[in-house]
Formats: sequence, structure tokens, C-alpha cells
Amino acid sequence: MKNRFRRFGPPILLLAPSLVLMAVFVYGLIGANFRTSITDNHTAGQATGRQPVSTVWFQNYVDLLKSESFQHSLVNLVLYTAVFLVGTLVIGFVWAWLLDKPVKGEGFFRSVYLFPMAVSFVASGVVWRWLLNSNQDESASGLNRLFQMVGLDFLQNNWWNNVTFGITAIAIPAIWQLSGYVMALFLAGFRGIPEELREAGRMDGASEWKVYRYVIFPELTPIALSALIIIGHMSLKSFDLIMSISKPANYQTKVPAVDMYVSKSSFDYANAAAIGSILLIIVAIAVVPYLIKTNRQEK
Amino acid sequence: MRVNSRLTATLAGVAILGLGLSACGGDSDDTGSADGSGGGDASEVEVFTWWAAGSEKAGLDALVSVFNEQHPDTEFVNGAVAGGAGSAAKDLLQSRLQTNDPPDTFQAHAGAELQDYIDAGQVEDVSDLYDEFGLTDAFPQDLIDRLTVDGKIYSIPSNIHRANVVWANPTVLEDAGLDPAATYDSMDDWFTALDAVKDSGKTALSVATTWTQVNLLETVLLSDLGAEGYSGLWDGSTDWTGDDVTGALEDFEKLMSYTNTDRDGLDWPDATQQIIDGQAGFNVMGDWAEAAFEEAGKTAPADYVYFPVPGTDGTFDFLADSFTLPVGAPHPGGAKAWLETVGSPEGQAAFNKAKGSIPANTNADTSDFSDYQQTAIESFGSDTIVSSLAHGAAVPVATLNAVSDATSKFTTGASDLATYQSELASAVSGS
Repeated sequence: MKNRFRRFGPPILLLAPSLVLMAVFVYGLIGANFRTSITDNHTAGQATGRQPVSTVWFQNYVDLLKSESFQHSLVNLVLYTAVFLVGTLVIGFVWAWLLDKPVKGEGFFRSVYLFPMAVSFVASGVVWRWLLNSNQDESASGLNRLFQMVGLDFLQNNWWNNVTFGITAIAIPAIWQLSGYVMALFLAGFRGIPEELREAGRMDGASEWKVYRYVIFPELTPIALSALIIIGHMSLKSFDLIMSISKPANYQTKVPAVDMYVSKSSFDYANAAAIGSILLIIVAIAVVPYLIKTNRQEK
Repeated sequence: MRVNSRLTATLAGVAILGLGLSACGGDSDDTGSADGSGGGDASEVEVFTWWAAGSEKAGLDALVSVFNEQHPDTEFVNGAVAGGAGSAAKDLLQSRLQTNDPPDTFQAHAGAELQDYIDAGQVEDVSDLYDEFGLTDAFPQDLIDRLTVDGKIYSIPSNIHRANVVWANPTVLEDAGLDPAATYDSMDDWFTALDAVKDSGKTALSVATTWTQVNLLETVLLSDLGAEGYSGLWDGSTDWTGDDVTGALEDFEKLMSYTNTDRDGLDWPDATQQIIDGQAGFNVMGDWAEAAFEEAGKTAPADYVYFPVPGTDGTFDFLADSFTLPVGAPHPGGAKAWLETVGSPEGQAAFNKAKGSIPANTNADTSDFSDYQQTAIESFGSDTIVSSLAHGAAVPVATLNAVSDATSKFTTGASDLATYQSELASAVSGS
């Protein structure tokens, strides 16, 4: 017994504080959130326990998923995530690829590309709200005015005020902020590939394309996957950027996180919790397979 | 390897145990018990508002100076929270009330918006204070009716605003060939004028984000349905699916076609600024816009003109701020001192003169108020009073959010008029 304690005791004691904190503040709160989401706690009176709350199980989820406006939010989320992911990965990769060649002032460019990440979403959102002003022609400002000045009038559009694709306009500032980060990830990936590998490929008569296709890309796959997961889960939870460019009531830029905020502020705790759970599940669908995969690799 | 997996299993077990325990933790009990109504700590008072800038802050400062005179022993603690036209403050207030950590008194729109706090048992009945301070006859009956729920009054109003006012730039109107002094009897008359401004190349009607569009919608409903029909929308006596509502929504759709395209990114000061700068002809906004014109150094009628929204002359689309006594306030004595000053003629005169609104207390001295305020005081005395939709006087927050969602969907073009009408109907009936 004493022997066993010597072996298991110290690690368990060391881990205990963080385990307890995690259990209470992460998993405990997820549990509490889930429990709220299966009740009919939709009014202020119920929120304070003055009126009875009963369990309705998955009724809130069914109602939400059936409602047209929540479907619109989900579609917006998918559009936003798709544009955000493709944009950051492509731009980040190209920048990393360019910087991987021996260039003069690499450090300078690296900082320039990485710098937008240092700005908070809320601050850059205020500026981008002005840049993405939807006025056109005479009253245009921001990017639309810029298009006029360089003679590209046909490119003017109403940005985030388009009902169907407006949300993708908000992905532009997001891409601007995080491409540099993805670049840094890929650059580290490129640097991690030993020069000998490339040379070996070339010795075997591989063309430059084939070196990339069969040597470099496979080496970069784990990096790309990490970038995908990091950007993907950020995008799914996106809220601050959307709130600072648009407003919570604007239909064209609704996403589940905004719906959750609106429900919460009108005392509809059950729906807010249900939306939170749905978001968690969506993020889990993206992240859990990745965790399982890395776990297997480590073993 | 075996040790490792056993350890992992133990840890996982601990984690699950923790999860189960905390999930069983359950709801906090309803412990928000009050100290009773007699006396109470009056050493200080934390006043929670969203009056953090501009004319609102000026009004609050004026009120505080009267408070310091009347109650020198109570220390005023400013709990103002800035941001989002009050939404940031309301969010914070919600969580503070939820955790039984209320401020000593907080600002709330009079009317249905108070209902949530009443249902949640978070505000005290202050009917006694009306008798104690002699306020019962000082406030207009129309106003008291709107603060009363089941025979109890839950707040003391500080000021009254009017939401159905058109603001216009006379220079823009003259350039469009219009007479700036003209008023319009109906929406149709107004459309002719709006067309003229539109043809002159300016924005005919400036508007901002969703809530200002809802403000516009409510004035159109008021204009087309009349005061009685409009009020009936909230108590169920007017049918939301009726033809007259359809007609009003058609007018609203037409009005929206005159507006600026960048509206969803703006808030009301931006829309008012377009009138001040001469970029737009007309704007519909509550009379807090008056303060923005004054701040810009403009004078009526040379620089701006105002009149009731066409078809709503003789109706006062009302909203009011009021102060409450939260359940479990840490300094109830201080809160009562504050409420006494808020309700007093001196406090109301000082506050409203600076804020640009009108006093709810009819005994307040208003002789040195501005021209606009004088006309508003006169209208409030003689007009039919109706409750504002966009400002929480007519419907609770949840209904207002549903109306806002439907309106935003419609004005961005995602739904047609028939869908809009049915969504509005279900938003209001769902309350």
C-alpha cells in the first residue's frame, strides 16, 4: 500500500489542483450549461427561480435546428469558416514559401506579415467597419472609394450588407489578421525539413515540382492540419470581430455565437445554453478526430 | 505501460467525479431577501446607469449636484457603464442581479421593459415612496398607469422623451425646392417631399442600424393606424395580420427605399450627423437628437427644423427613464435618498434641462428650458400618449428582440412583406 502511494501519490498530488480546476470550471460548467439547455428556462422569472422550470429534454435543440433564422446563422458560420480557412491557409502558405527562399530583409517581411495578429479583433473591427462601408458611387467611402480612385468601379459592392454572402466580407479582416500566423507555422515547417532530404530527391532526378509533391508537402501535412484546427476553431467561435463590424441585430451577419448573445440578453437562458452546446459539438467534431489522431501517433 | 494506463484511468475517474459533483451543485437558492423597507444604510448610493457621455452625462452631473445639496450625508457613487446605447450596461446589470449583487439603484426604461425585473423579483414595490415624497399627483396619470403592474408601482421616472419626431435640414429642403416650414399631414404627402430630396441627389431619409429602423417602423404604424390602433397592437385589440397593418408595412418599405445604404453600420448619432452636415434631408429620431444639434452649435429653425412624424400630430410616442429600488440593495437608505431627488421638482428641472428631455414631474420649473423642450412639454400635456416599441415601453425585451430580428431580415431583403408581417405577428403574440 505504502509502496503504491509512493509511486502514484506525488504525480496525483501534483496534478490535483489543475484537475480539480478543470473539472469544476471547464467540465462542470459544460455540464451545467447542458443542463440549462434541456429546460424551458426562457424567461426572466424562471432565470431567478421565481417560476418553475421543467425539463423538456431536446425540445430546444429541435426548435432551434428547425427555425429558419438559426439555419441562416449556421449557413453563415459555414460560409465564414470556409472563406476564412481557405484564405488564411493559401495566403499563409504562399508567404511562407516566398520567405523560405533566401530573400533580403526576411526578418522585416516576417514581422510585417505577422504584425496584424498583434491587433485585437475589436480594434481592427472598428477600422474595417469603415473600410467595408457599403455606400457606393457618390457617397462611397473606404474600399469602395479606393476602387473608384483606381478606376475599378465595377468592384464596388455592399460588402457585409449582402444578405447571402455578407458574412464572407467579415472574413476578409480575419484573413488579414491571421494569415501571418499561418505563415509562421508553415515557415517553421519549411525550416524543419532538412536540406539533405531535398538534395536526396534532386539526386534521384526529381524535378522541382516533384520535390515539393513527394518530399515537402508530406512533411508539411502535420503543420497544415494544426493550422486548420487552430484557425477552424477560432472561426467557429468567432464573435468579437463580427460584433465590432456589424451589430447583434443585423440579420445578414448572424452566426450562432451572436444568437447566443441575443438570447442571453433577453433572459432566454435555455436557448442561449442550447446554442452554446451546439457550438461546442460543432467545434468538437472538428477537434476530436485531430486529438485522437495525434494521440495515436504519440503512442 | 500498464501503470500508465491505470494512472490515466484513475485521473479520468477523478475528472468524471468532479464533473458529476459540480453538475449536482444545483441552482443557487433564492436568497435575495430585502432588509425590509424601514430606513437602511444611507452612507452611500451606487447609481447604475448608461449615462456616460454627452448630454446624458451632463444631465446626470446636474442631477448629482442637486442630490449633493439635498442629501449631503450620502455619498454618490457613479456606476455608469458606457457602450452600445445601454446594451453593455444592461448585460452587466443582468449578471449582477443574477448573482445577488445589485447596485443601490439602476436605470430602466419605464413600461414593459421593467416587467422582466418584476417577474424575476429583482425590484421592490415603491408605491409607498410615492406617498412619502408626495409624488402621486405630481406625475401625469398616463405615465403612472404605464409604471403600474397589478396596482404596484416599481420605479420613479426621471425624464420623458418623444420618439416620433422628424428632424430636417432646411438648406437641403430648399435646394430640393421644398418649403422648410412645411409640415405633412400624411405619409403620402411626405413621400412627395422625399422624392424631391432624392431627385436633388441627397439622401432623402437618413437612418441607422436596426433599432432606429424599428423606431421608424413604430412611427409609421402610429401614423397609419392612429393612436388607438397602434396601442391595440400591444394589447391584442388590433390584428397584426390585418390589411391596415399591411398598408403601414408597405409605407415602411417605401420609406426604407429612401434611406442611406450604409445604415446597418451606423448608430443614431451618425444618422443625425448626416442632417447636421447637409448630406440628408430628413431623419426620424427621438428627441434626444435635439442635444446632438445643440452640441454641434446649431439653432432651430435656421439650421434644423423638427415636426411630428407625418400623420402623428397630436400623438406623443412616449418613453421614459426611471430609477428602481433593487431587492437586496446594499444601501437602501441611500437609494431612497436618490429616488427622492430624482422625483423632486428641483432634481427633474436640473436633470432634464441638461439632458434635453422633459420632466415627468409637472411641478418642475421649466421656464428656462429650450424652445424644443417647451413644445414637447406642451404636447405631452395635450396629446394622446402612446408607448414606444423600440425603447421597451410597449413590449418586453424578448418581444422587442424578435421584432428587431424580423425587421433586420426584412430591410436587408431576406424576407418579403408577407413574411415580415407574419413574423411580426408571431413575435408579438409569442410574448
